[in-house]
Amino acid sequence: MMAEKKKATTKKTTSKKEDTKKVAPVKQEVKKQAPAAVSSTTQQGDARIGVFICHCGTNIAGSMDIEAVQESSKAIPHVAYVDNYKYMCSMPGQTVIHKAIKDHKLTGVVVAACTPRLHEPTFRTATKDGGLNPFRFEMANIRDQNSWVHMHDRVGSTDKAIDAIKIAVAKAALLQDLFPKSVPVEKAAMVVGAGVAGMQASLDLAAAGIKTYLVEADTSIGGRMSQLDKTFPTLDCSQCILTPKMVDVGRDTNIELYTYSEVHEVEGYIGNFDVTIRKKARGVMTPKEAEAKGIVGGGCNGCGDCETACPVVKPNMFEVGMKPRKAIYINHPQVVPLIYTIDFNSCVKCGICVTACGPEKRAIDLEMKDEFIKVKVGTAILATGYDIFPIEKKEEWGYKRYENVITSLEFERLICASGPTGGHLVRPSDGQTPKRVAFVLCAGSRDNTGTGKPYCSRFCCMYSLKHAHQIIEKIPGCIPYLFYMDIRSFGKMYEEFYYRIQDEGAKFIRGRVANILEDKKTKNLHVMTDDTLLDRPVDMEVDMVVLASAVQPSADTNRTRKLFGVSCSMDGWLLEAHPKLNPCGTTTAGVFLAGVCQGPKDIPDTVASAEGAASAASIPIHKGEVELEPYFATCIEEKCAGCGMCVNLCPYSALSLVEKDGRQVMQVTEAKCKGCGTCGGFCPGGAIWMNHFTTPQIVAQIDAFLLGGEQ
Amino acid sequence: MSAPGNFAIPERGPGIWQPKIQGIVCNWCSYAGADLAGGGRIQYPPDIRIVRVMCTGRIDALFVLKAFADGADGVLVSGCHFGDCHYLEGNYKAAKRMFMVKRLMKSIGLDDRRFRMTFVSASEGAKWGAVVTDVVNVIRELGPSPITEFKKQ
Repeated sequence: MMAEKKKATTKKTTSKKEDTKKVAPVKQEVKKQAPAAVSSTTQQGDARIGVFICHCGTNIAGSMDIEAVQESSKAIPHVAYVDNYKYMCSMPGQTVIHKAIKDHKLTGVVVAACTPRLHEPTFRTATKDGGLNPFRFEMANIRDQNSWVHMHDRVGSTDKAIDAIKIAVAKAALLQDLFPKSVPVEKAAMVVGAGVAGMQASLDLAAAGIKTYLVEADTSIGGRMSQLDKTFPTLDCSQCILTPKMVDVGRDTNIELYTYSEVHEVEGYIGNFDVTIRKKARGVMTPKEAEAKGIVGGGCNGCGDCETACPVVKPNMFEVGMKPRKAIYINHPQVVPLIYTIDFNSCVKCGICVTACGPEKRAIDLEMKDEFIKVKVGTAILATGYDIFPIEKKEEWGYKRYENVITSLEFERLICASGPTGGHLVRPSDGQTPKRVAFVLCAGSRDNTGTGKPYCSRFCCMYSLKHAHQIIEKIPGCIPYLFYMDIRSFGKMYEEFYYRIQDEGAKFIRGRVANILEDKKTKNLHVMTDDTLLDRPVDMEVDMVVLASAVQPSADTNRTRKLFGVSCSMDGWLLEAHPKLNPCGTTTAGVFLAGVCQGPKDIPDTVASAEGAASAASIPIHKGEVELEPYFATCIEEKCAGCGMCVNLCPYSALSLVEKDGRQVMQVTEAKCKGCGTCGGFCPGGAIWMNHFTTPQIVAQIDAFLLGGEQ
Repeated sequence: MSAPGNFAIPERGPGIWQPKIQGIVCNWCSYAGADLAGGGRIQYPPDIRIVRVMCTGRIDALFVLKAFADGADGVLVSGCHFGDCHYLEGNYKAAKRMFMVKRLMKSIGLDDRRFRMTFVSASEGAKWGAVVTDVVNVIRELGPSPITEFKKQ
């Protein structure tokens, strides 16, 4: 009975393969010019597949019966050889594959192991080293999607593994030789975001001789770090270490800086991204732009005469709204580039600034329009950074309701010598120096209520310790109280810094702040919590509260990531290709991540990730060419009716209708095709051949499970 | 024996019906999400078999129908969230086709709960576990596919 069934299945699969026989020659012709394959046999009835089952130590072997899987695999049609090994990905494991390909004249390889997203490249290389085309390899995922997720169902997971191998063998028997095409890589890169991550990445790329376009949404580069006063644990001044870098970026001839700009459109693929930059109208011309307009010796020199003259007053957001600015402004005196910007949302176009600028410079153009600039780059780095979580959403802490509750970023500006108060920490309500300051840590972080963020924002503990130190240093007699859940001081010299702050006299109270109430008369605040170490309620009166607010991806991150085709995690942080082994890469080839946009990081980690991203982004550029996976579509002309439905479906405009032998047929521009298969999934005539994901292959996979699956 | 998660491990053995569920998932989101479920050791029932395609846009409505014709008790198609497709808009096009499949199923008297399209991103390992658990539970409730039963007669 069983044997009969098996026969029937084999027959069915063979008949399917005869179908493909008619199709395959078209493919072969197309690929004639490609380098001769080691084994060019078309995989048909004579397919000989080797199955290699990995134990992955006990990762796989611990949850299923490897012996049973091996025995069942032997009975699968086309299987010529079955072996198992403790670690297939190890060198001896790969040698098993090499040897078997030669000894058993295999035409395809199936490895049942982890996920193709991890080890497909490894085993493709092994297949190639064994003398086969690397695309004659198929993986059966029996770890990540089997043994690890069915740990308590041994029978179920064994059955699933057998089916997974059947499915993989069915595909492997129909795999064909494919040859990746190489495309040249544009010797230029783009970095989006000019905070410390974007600046470091740009400097590294530029130093490696790569033309770098640095796009920044704000009017100046520098990012969040330029808003900070001191950096932990070394306590060096943030501006002092950052501004030289900002100047370097501005001066580097390999870096083309676009401030007050954003990425508008992205087209193309690794090696050849066509990016449109939207340069927003800033109303002020640089000397270069002025010269281009024939105003020799003109353009903005940052003198500030316009600012003095401007009658419109607005809050300066660089100072978190605590200082006024004019409608024509710069963020702070050290901006790069030192060019003024008109905020056209508040400008009344009175023209006073134009007069103030004078007839020589003539830098101001009130009618300036947005410009769109097209550049071509080989790779791109996203370094879009973070925003502060709107902590007023946590109503119990009274931010924006009580004047003396501020965020840590406001604290940074208040304690900074170049800030709105010249470095004097004062209470916003009355301008008095506080004597008791409470710091609420994990404000909005590690919050599972749904209002805040579930993750740890990673640098708040350390900067709050730094704030405590700054208070003790600057205001004699002032006591900082830190309300914390855990102090996470994990970096180099961080724990030592924690001890130091403890010794300096900061008070630590372990308890999440439940509520903050304001004394209406004095504007003092009552911080309510439960001291979990002493197990008693706390009601502490303080002069000021600083909320160490959580961080979240910056406002424009979502739009930018979609342009580059980068995914994000549930919290909105951009998703790396692999959390451990490829933290700078993304699933879009040629696009990399630097800094906090990938997840909260302190400055050392941000700079390290930026350098990593720059190095990764420079590799394809220095190599000069990249191999694209040959998964593109081809048209089976004898089946094509020339209806043209696919032409409109293609998101990359890779398809077109051409006249051939007196009729319309579809033609694929291979360079534009990314291999999604949307055309192939729709074509009513089945005339589109999706390489490596062909209709016969997918149907064979479905059949292998459902028709060949009965034991 | 029970496992963590909203399912019990059923009795398995010769002659005991087990649901056959065909999963067709995209490489970039749902397959990655399923891998993440593995890394996180999120337990779900093993009654699904996955075929990987680059994009749900690749999925011909006929693949789904072929699976049912072959005797699948259920089919799950899973891709990226709308707006998150690695190929810009393949999932929109797939979703349109899948609605058509659902309508077709209804019109031939096949319970359309046997077919489902879900959206699981590369960071949603736990969601993948929940989706598969739910699909398996529903199919177990619905029982063997009437097509298989019809073929037996």
